[in-house]
Amino acid sequence: MRYLLILFTPLFVFAQSEGSLHGNVQIDAQYYAKDTAIGAVVPKEKLASNSFVNLIYNKGVFTGGLRYEAYLPALQGFDQRYSGNQIAYRFAQVKLEDLTFKLGNFYEQFGSGILLRTYEERGLGYDNAFDGASIAYRPNKSIQIKGLIGKQRKYFVKSVGTVRGLDIEYDLTQSLDSLLGAQQLRLGASFVSKYQVDNNSTYNLPENVGSYALRADLSGKKYRLFSEFAYKMNDPSANNEFIFKSGNALITQFSYFQKGLGFSLDFKRVDNMSFRSEREAVLADVLINYSPSFTRQHTYNLLATLYPYATQLNGEIGGQAELNYKFKKNTALGGKYGTTVLLNFSTYYDIERRALNDLTTSRQGYESSFFNVGEHYFSDFNIQITKKLSKKVKGLLTYANLHYNKDVLEGKSGYGIVKSHIGVIEATYKIKPKHAIRTELQGLFTEQDQGDWATLLVEYTIAPHWFFALMDQYNYGNKDVDKRQHYYVGSFGYSKDTYRFLLSYGRQRAGIFCVGGVCRNVPAANGLTLTFMSNF
Amino acid sequence: MKSFFFFSFLFLGGVAFAQNQEIASADIYTIHSKHFNTDSIQNDGHPIILSFWATWCKPCIKELNNIAEVYEEWREETKVKLVAISIDDSRNLQKLAPMLESLDWPYEVYSDQNSDFRRAMNVNTVPHTFLIDQNRNVVWQHQGYTEGAEDILYEQLLNLIDQ
Repeated sequence: MRYLLILFTPLFVFAQSEGSLHGNVQIDAQYYAKDTAIGAVVPKEKLASNSFVNLIYNKGVFTGGLRYEAYLPALQGFDQRYSGNQIAYRFAQVKLEDLTFKLGNFYEQFGSGILLRTYEERGLGYDNAFDGASIAYRPNKSIQIKGLIGKQRKYFVKSVGTVRGLDIEYDLTQSLDSLLGAQQLRLGASFVSKYQVDNNSTYNLPENVGSYALRADLSGKKYRLFSEFAYKMNDPSANNEFIFKSGNALITQFSYFQKGLGFSLDFKRVDNMSFRSEREAVLADVLINYSPSFTRQHTYNLLATLYPYATQLNGEIGGQAELNYKFKKNTALGGKYGTTVLLNFSTYYDIERRALNDLTTSRQGYESSFFNVGEHYFSDFNIQITKKLSKKVKGLLTYANLHYNKDVLEGKSGYGIVKSHIGVIEATYKIKPKHAIRTELQGLFTEQDQGDWATLLVEYTIAPHWFFALMDQYNYGNKDVDKRQHYYVGSFGYSKDTYRFLLSYGRQRAGIFCVGGVCRNVPAANGLTLTFMSNF
Repeated sequence: MKSFFFFSFLFLGGVAFAQNQEIASADIYTIHSKHFNTDSIQNDGHPIILSFWATWCKPCIKELNNIAEVYEEWREETKVKLVAISIDDSRNLQKLAPMLESLDWPYEVYSDQNSDFRRAMNVNTVPHTFLIDQNRNVVWQHQGYTEGAEDILYEQLLNLIDQ
């Protein structure tokens, strides 16, 4: 505490005369009420809250900042190792023309992140920031070199292991000018290693685990082709049942775009690539790498939180295709204002695994052919049509067909692959310039799991300050009659310039809340929720 | 209780001293994945609207669509330029350029894929819109979007021009 005051008092003083100081604050608080019908359990402390204050001070080349976090206690659904309060993030940064260095906490990403990415996703309670030092050097437009060393954040403590990384990126666009024409080509290479002492009595574990990744990024006016391959030395861990097999991952993406039309294709194969700075870590703890989930990121609640795909670092193979098309104005399908259509498909399987005899293979675990697939994990076919019908009315239609391997993706048994059809109709009607009403009608139809669901949402907004909404999710098709419950929520919000209040009361359905393929389970709850956010 | 006071100290201290937030310096990318430093965001001494959004954020797209309809008019009146910053990470990055073609926006769009610029500007959630004056200072900002809120942004813009 004392050292912080010493560090930051000068900042406040400086801020008065020169430089700038700004920040933001966020408070999420929830009061829990008992509701046995939906299985909502009231925690010992009936009021829980997550609060954050960020401060950033900047003067010339120097930037310093901190984030104070308080979990008193953490909201349900968040990892309860977030407990108490502290300055969880503080940094000093100097940014010169060709050189940037940071001390303290920092986030970094090499390439697509498949080998190294640290980031914060507050809604998930995900934060794997480094605490250490980093340097980025860009001597000219073509070369960028980044280096870092640090320990990762693990809730309110640090990981046992240390991570060291180097990334070099070379832009060949200028040197291959005559060959490439209007195209651009960038190549990159990353090297990452981690160190953790071996105190395991059963196995002789590697203390230094090295890894590398190579990437190429070729783009033209109308297309982009990106590919990255990552390899990791043998890294026995709690995640792979302490096998001594190496890991690898490949991502290849292509996109094409021209006026009114665009499509993208993604391919991904991941084999034993859970890479963490602690070999005992599980769940979403101290991950060094990030494996993006190439699936549609849905926003409607039935589509987004009942059967979402979570990325599988131990092994997955699959891909995604997406097409965007705009029917022009004043055509048969475009109508007066044009019509936008989005088609998306993704599917994922386990990689093939042929089990090996541990006694003869020194714990290699399994072998796998590159293109062979194992069990089906997930598929999502969806189409969305957006149309402005008149100056005042906009409509959106969505259909999705999901196949979801609940046993694997949620670690349960006896459910198998849950197949569902989902339809959504959304309409916005602008009553007068600042008043609008928006409705969503959603239906999810399945013979399995919890059966059919319906959601009705009505939202009324008065720009720019007021927001009122009523929502009911009804599990009308549950085979268990007692579970045919309504999950109603009423909420209202007020926002003005830089601050925003949101108050809601009602039932929250148990679900899976995901961002970027990383998910957290939210338990059923009943109660009052308050959110406050402000910038200053 | 102690922590509550500390929290209040930070918050109120911050509010009391906060001043002159400028466009922060951060290394981001163009939509063609070229390096781009935010120091290069400029509009020849005219106002800038900086809008943080994401491909999966519906209110963001609604806001930027609605502004697109009146953008020509705004530009004629105020010479403003809108710069849209996508915070999509590598999950959705590849969809950005194809999606922009179907959206057909008249804006400059950049990609802040690991949220470096977002953090430097203290952006919590998207959409978050800043109005930037001739000297690169933030003069107004707003979180969230409700249908019709672009009119308020325009009023602020006119106030800025009149000053």
